[in-house]
Amino acid sequence: MRKIFKTGTPYVWLTGGTLTISLLMIIGLIILIMVKGLGMFWPHKLVQYTLQDGAIVLGEFSKKEPIPHQKDSYRTKLKVGNRDVYGIDFRWIDNAGIVSQEYPKTALTIERREWGNMYGFLKGMRQDNGIKPMELAEIEPLLSESQILYKRIRHIEKREIGKINHKMEKYRLELKRLMMQQPSANTEKKITSIKVKMDELEKSYSKKVDMLTSLYTVAKEKEVVISLVDGSEKILPVFQIIRIYNPNEMGIYEKSCFYVMKFWKFVSEEPREANTEGGIFPAIFGTVMMVLIMSIAVVPLGVITAIYLREYTRDNIIARLVRISVNNLAGVPSIVFGVFGLGFFIYFVGGGIDKIFYQDALPTSTFGTGGILWASLTLALLTVPVVVVATEEGISSVPTSLKEASCALGATKFETLWRVILPQATPGILTGMILAMARAAGEVAPLMITGVVKLAPSLPLDGYFPFIHLERKFMHLGFHIYDVGFQSPNIEAALPMVYTTTLVLLLTVLVLNLAAIIVRNKLRKRYAISSL
Amino acid sequence: MQEVSLTRENTFPNLPPRTSKDLITKHMNNIIIKDLSLAYGDKQVLKGINQEIEEKKITAIIGPSGCGKSTLLRCINRMNELIPDVKISGQIIFDKMDIYDSNTDVTEVRRKIGMVFQRPNPFPKTIYDNVAYGLRINGLKDKTKISELVERSLEDCGLLKEVEDRLHTSAMQLSGGQQQRLCIARALAIEPKVILMDEPCSALDPASTFKIEELMVKLKERYTVIIVTHNMQQAARVSDTTGFLYLGKLIEYGNTKKLFTKPKEKLTEDYISGNFG
Repeated sequence: MRKIFKTGTPYVWLTGGTLTISLLMIIGLIILIMVKGLGMFWPHKLVQYTLQDGAIVLGEFSKKEPIPHQKDSYRTKLKVGNRDVYGIDFRWIDNAGIVSQEYPKTALTIERREWGNMYGFLKGMRQDNGIKPMELAEIEPLLSESQILYKRIRHIEKREIGKINHKMEKYRLELKRLMMQQPSANTEKKITSIKVKMDELEKSYSKKVDMLTSLYTVAKEKEVVISLVDGSEKILPVFQIIRIYNPNEMGIYEKSCFYVMKFWKFVSEEPREANTEGGIFPAIFGTVMMVLIMSIAVVPLGVITAIYLREYTRDNIIARLVRISVNNLAGVPSIVFGVFGLGFFIYFVGGGIDKIFYQDALPTSTFGTGGILWASLTLALLTVPVVVVATEEGISSVPTSLKEASCALGATKFETLWRVILPQATPGILTGMILAMARAAGEVAPLMITGVVKLAPSLPLDGYFPFIHLERKFMHLGFHIYDVGFQSPNIEAALPMVYTTTLVLLLTVLVLNLAAIIVRNKLRKRYAISSL
Repeated sequence: MQEVSLTRENTFPNLPPRTSKDLITKHMNNIIIKDLSLAYGDKQVLKGINQEIEEKKITAIIGPSGCGKSTLLRCINRMNELIPDVKISGQIIFDKMDIYDSNTDVTEVRRKIGMVFQRPNPFPKTIYDNVAYGLRINGLKDKTKISELVERSLEDCGLLKEVEDRLHTSAMQLSGGQQQRLCIARALAIEPKVILMDEPCSALDPASTFKIEELMVKLKERYTVIIVTHNMQQAARVSDTTGFLYLGKLIEYGNTKKLFTKPKEKLTEDYISGNFG
C-alpha cells in the first residue's frame, strides 16, 4: 500500500480526476443550455392524436415521461397552443388513451402578435357573404402587405408621435419655468408664443392619431378563417399573423433556413407579449452598453489606485490595510453594492444633479432614478478590486532594470511610469478589465435596484440629442432570464426562451472577452521581453 | 552650492562641436567625492569615501563582491534613491554643483551623468525609439534632429552599420553584446559628461567584451568614464586610474599601472595577487 503511494500514481489520479469532474460539470452545463435553448427555433412537426373519448388534439410534441406510481404507463406533453381558445398552451395526454396518431399534411403553425401560436388548418378568406377558399401560397402577399402596414404603424407610434412628445415635453418645461418667473411683458409674450406652438403640436398629434385609427381599421379589414382540429372555426385578422408555415411539409433545408431566420429575428427584434415571445435585442444592447460604460469607468479608477499603491506609497501598515480592504471588497455581496448605488449614486448624486440641472422637470426625476449610468457605476465599484489587483500584478512584473534605465536617462517618476511601466503593464490591466467585464455582465442583483427594467420603452442610444441617454432605464440579459423564467405569465411556454437567452448571455460575455483577449495578446507580443 | 541655474531647456544638447579641442575647454571639471557614507537600513555599506575622479579618463573601481563598488557608482547619479530606506551623507561635487544638495534637480544630475547597467536593459521598443527615448524625455521635438542624434550615437558605439537596415525593429532581437552597446548609445544620445558603467561586460561573451572595451577607450576622448568591474585584467587593460574598495572603504586609489605593479597597501596586494576575493 505504502509503495503505491510512493510512486505518486494515486495523486496523479486524484488531481486528474478532480480536473475531469470540473470539466464535465462545465461541459454538461453548456450542453444542457445548448440542447434546451437551441431547439427553440426549430420548426417542430405537428402531431394529431385521436383519443379514446373521440376528441382530436393537434399540437407540437413537447416531451414524454412515465406517469409516477404506475408501471409501464406514459404520458405526453403536447403544446396545443390556441391560448385564446383553450386557455392553456400545454396539455398532458395519457398514452394509453391515444387511439391513433398522424401528421396531417395541411396542418399549420401560425405565429401571432398576441396569444402565442395557433395550430390549425387554413379554411379561407372571410368575405361579406361567406368564406372564399384559398391556398396557403395566396396568403404570402397579404402577409407582406400587413408587415408593411405594421412597420408604418410602428413608425408613426414610435418615431413621429415620439418626436411630438419630445418637443411637447420641452415646451412644457419651458412654460413651467416661465410661469415661475416674475410676470412681465416679455415673459407673457414668450408664454403666448409657446402656447401657440403647443397648440400646433397638439393639432399635429391629433392628426397622427387619426391616421393611426384609420390604419388600424385597414388592418382589421382582411381576415382569414382558421378551422381548429376540434371542428370549431376561428376568425383571424391577417394583421395579427407574423408568419404562417407548414412544418409537416418542410424539408431539412427549408427547416434550416427557417431556423437561421428565426435566430436572427431573435437577436435583432424587440420582445412581444411580456417578453415571452419575439426577440431580445434591447436586452443584448443594454448589456453590452452597460459593460462598456462600466469598463470606461472602472479602468481609470482601478489603474490609478493600483499605481498609487504600487509606485507612490511606501510599504507601510496603511498601504497594506488599504490593499487588504480593496481585496476584500471583491467578497462583498453584490446586492450590498446595489443598495449603496441606490443610496449614493441615485438618491445623493442623481438627486443633486436633478436639483441643479433639471429643476424644471421636478418632481419627475431625471437622474434621481435608476438608469444605465448609475447601474454601470455601481458595477464599476463592484469590479474595481479585480482591476486593482491585476494592475498591481502587471506593474510589479515590469523589471526594475527598465525603471532604472529610464530614470538614468533623466526621466522623472511620472515619465517613467507613463512611457515605460504603463505600456508594459497594459496586458495586466487588460486582464483585469476582462475579469471585470465577465463579472459585470453576469451580475443581476445590484442592477435590479439601480436601473434595470422588464421592458424599456427606448434604448439608451437614439437619434435625439444628446444621442446617449445615460439616465434612461435599460434591459439586461441576466434580468431578462430572471423575468422570463420566473415572472412571466406563461412560464411553460417561455422556458425555451430562458435557455436561449442564457445562451445569448454566455455568447455576449464570450464575444466581449474575446475582443479584449485579442487586444491583450497583440499588446503582449509587442512588449514581449526576450530573455538573454 | 548651486551656482548656475540648471533647467532642462537651457542645458539641452544642441549639436555640439565635434573637435576635441572645444570639448577640452568646455569640460574642465572633475567629480569630487567628500566623506560619502551610505547605509541601507542598519547596514553600513560605504564608510567615508574621499575620491577625486579626473575628467576624460577611465577610472576603474575594483574590489571583492559586496564591497560596495556598485553602490558607490550608483551614488554618483543618485540611483540609490530609488531604493527605499537608504541613508546617504557627504557630498559629491560635479559641474559646480553639489549632487546631493536639496535644490539640485535629480533628473538634471542623471542627464549629465549617464549610466550603463550590468545586464543589457533595452526598452521593449524599436532600436530607434530606444536611443530616442532620452531625447524625447528631455523635450526634444524636432524630428530631423532626433534622427541625426540617434544615428550619431549609434555610430559612436559602432552599432550603426550592424543595425542600419532594421532601426525600426525591436531591440529585443539584438544579441547581448549589441544590446549592451545599444544601451551605451542610449546613454550617449543625451550627451552626458560622465558615463557610469556597472560591470558592463559581466553578462557578455569575450568577443563582445572586447568590443565594449575598445569603445570605452574611444569614449574617453569625450567623456569621463567610471567603470566598476570584478575583472582585474579588464581594469588593468582599459583604465587610467584604479580605486580598490574593500568593506566600504577606499583602500587605495591611484594610477592603474602603479596600483597593479607596486601597490602601497597590503590588502590591495593580496587582492590583486588573488589571495582573497
